[in-house]
Amino acid sequence: MYKIASLFALAVLLAAQGASAQTLKTVKDRGALNCGANGTLAGFGLPDAQGAWTGLDVDFCRAVAAAIFDDPNKVKFVALTAKDRFTALQSGEVDVLARNTTWTSSRDTSLGLNFTGVNYYDGQGFLVRKSLKVNSALELNGASVCVQQGTTTELNLADYFRASKMTLKTVTFATANEAVKAYDAGRCDAYTTDASGLYSERLRLASAGDHIILPEIISKEPLGPAVRHGDDQWFDVVKWVHFAMVNAEELGITQKNVGEMLKSDNPEIKRLLGTEGAFGEQLGLTKDWVVRIVGKVGNYGEIFEKNVGQGSPMKIARGLNGLWNKGGLQYAPPVR
Amino acid sequence: MSSDSTPSGPARVAFYNDPKIRSIFYQLALLAAIAFLVYGAVSNAIENLARANIASGFGFWNNTAGFDISQTLISYSSQASTYGRAFWVGLLNTLLVAGLGIVFATILGFIVGLSRLSKNWLLSKVAGGFVETIRNLPLLLQLLFWYNAVLKALPDIRDSIVIPGGGMINNRGLFLPRPEFLYGFEMVLVALAVGVAGSIGFYIWARKRQERTGQQAPVAAVVLALVIGLPLAVLALKGFPLSFSYPQAGRFNIAGGVEILPEFAALLFGLSIYTAAFIAEVVRAGVLAVSHGQVEAAYSLGLQPRPTLRLIVVPQAMRVIIPPLTSQYLNLTKNSSLAVAIGYPDLVQVFTGTVLNQTGQAVEVVAITMLVYLVISLSTSLLMNIYNRRVALVER
Ligand SMILES: N[C@@H](CCC(=O)N[C@@H](CS)C(=O)NCC(=O)O)C(=O)O
Repeated sequence: MYKIASLFALAVLLAAQGASAQTLKTVKDRGALNCGANGTLAGFGLPDAQGAWTGLDVDFCRAVAAAIFDDPNKVKFVALTAKDRFTALQSGEVDVLARNTTWTSSRDTSLGLNFTGVNYYDGQGFLVRKSLKVNSALELNGASVCVQQGTTTELNLADYFRASKMTLKTVTFATANEAVKAYDAGRCDAYTTDASGLYSERLRLASAGDHIILPEIISKEPLGPAVRHGDDQWFDVVKWVHFAMVNAEELGITQKNVGEMLKSDNPEIKRLLGTEGAFGEQLGLTKDWVVRIVGKVGNYGEIFEKNVGQGSPMKIARGLNGLWNKGGLQYAPPVR
Repeated sequence: MSSDSTPSGPARVAFYNDPKIRSIFYQLALLAAIAFLVYGAVSNAIENLARANIASGFGFWNNTAGFDISQTLISYSSQASTYGRAFWVGLLNTLLVAGLGIVFATILGFIVGLSRLSKNWLLSKVAGGFVETIRNLPLLLQLLFWYNAVLKALPDIRDSIVIPGGGMINNRGLFLPRPEFLYGFEMVLVALAVGVAGSIGFYIWARKRQERTGQQAPVAAVVLALVIGLPLAVLALKGFPLSFSYPQAGRFNIAGGVEILPEFAALLFGLSIYTAAFIAEVVRAGVLAVSHGQVEAAYSLGLQPRPTLRLIVVPQAMRVIIPPLTSQYLNLTKNSSLAVAIGYPDLVQVFTGTVLNQTGQAVEVVAITMLVYLVISLSTSLLMNIYNRRVALVER
């Protein structure tokens, strides 16, 4: 149903109206950010029974809302499946898409999207039953694999088996929910998706302990938020919200100590928190934009640990997602 | 005062008051307005797509697809095939499930509909219960039920149920031996063709003779002998030029043989049963529409109940049944797009699912898909209308 609605919206938008390129103003006038999120992936985007959303991507959208409105709750989350997400962004249904979406060249170009950064470095893996006694993805010749439609996963899978000279039987489902259910029912030997997704989905299986994640990571999956082409200001805002959170972590600014940090003499901290310069205004936001983000939501390390790291059931190590000076890849350009 | 106006002809009116010319003018104006609207919408859409940097046009058709499809009736591979090929794969899968669904739904629907009218109390109640239950539950729910019921009930691949004759059934599907035709098998096909042609000829001859003389011929027995007996005899004569490739359990999956996916089975099952419930009601209504006097007249002429049903009731009922039956066929075809929920690769799943997402070309992909459904539906209607014209009451 949703799909039809958004396709229709796309058709109407494309046919009837000129593209508006003032997303920041539209969002401010509306009084809320429309954020396209994952509705079923614990750790990235998931509403609870009360409708309260949690997840790394969800907190990213909250941070954008905090920067604009000084209120992290001024976000309307729209749950999107993998295959409908781009249509929803293109049609203007959502202002930003933060839904564990891999940055690829075709999505960045012919789909008309701009990726604003990478908030989770990931790669594709396989989940199998322990009873199969498979220790490597290279032993999966002839296996049936359940996969979700409209993902990079679907393409990598075909590539990997071809490159390894193995045959496979893919069974493709529209949502992760159906794919995981079918895997759990024995329809497939393996389930494949981003490794982060595997950790998350494994917790949903009837007996999580009976399944293992194989060691091979078969692809690069840089997951990040995306906006529409054609609005540079909005692109900058969303891009710098992520950089601000990474810089805050690097400078040791946390949700707890952000108030004290306002008194810091460190020029980098002063610029980031807006006690010196007018960097927030240059973005179309306020001076204290980073104080709002970190104070209301947290720095990058904090939202990582809370949603997918040690503070979550998934307990994923920082790994590639550590700061650049701690052996990871998270690196933000300076505010100046 | 001129007198050249002819008083006997119709009164002349100004051309702009002529109703015929007026109506043509209005229709042309409407057409122009619609064309203008469509043109405006299309050119605006193209401009906006370009401004948003979204690719447009049909160039994607020849790009490599890159994804796999679980059921392909024509050869297809992720690395060598294009999005266009994926479209045909999806379309054929849709036609397969819709075509078989129509056949099964019709057979089951006629059985249930006639059972509901049966004098046997139990039979008619069971048929009524079937119709009321199936008709009143959403189809999507039924499909999910059948799919999960099928998957959960069937054993794992390692404990497959073996079907006598070399088949296997498990939660990966139904696997049957695949016949492989060896040299000499063509003669069997020739025999079959001869048998079918002979049967048709015999049927026509028998009918003509019955009309002339009232004598009946043993049509069923002769047809059976010609269509089944003759090819079998040739098969034996040629020394059975036929071998089977049997499904074999591999490490993960079954190799060889013909494979019927559980997704396909569940969809076919669900669609057939759901539509059969509606067809049953259509059939019941059709039969009830035949006035009871017809049956009484047949009985008073000494016709038995069975020939009465076959020769008097059903032909008249068909006139009432055909139009609503056509809509049921159309419904079934369109409902087959619910395949998306259970992982069957039909047109919507493959094309407006993966291809749309992969290319981002929503407008083109959705337009093509709608066009395809329109063509399928119009062709179905056309065929049914031709049939309807044949059975319709010819008024003299
Ligand atoms: N990163 C990949 C895959 C993203 C994706 O959709 N992952 C799945 C499995 S982790 C998912 O989030 N499914 C949740 C859902 O669709 O409800 C991409 O961008 O194509």
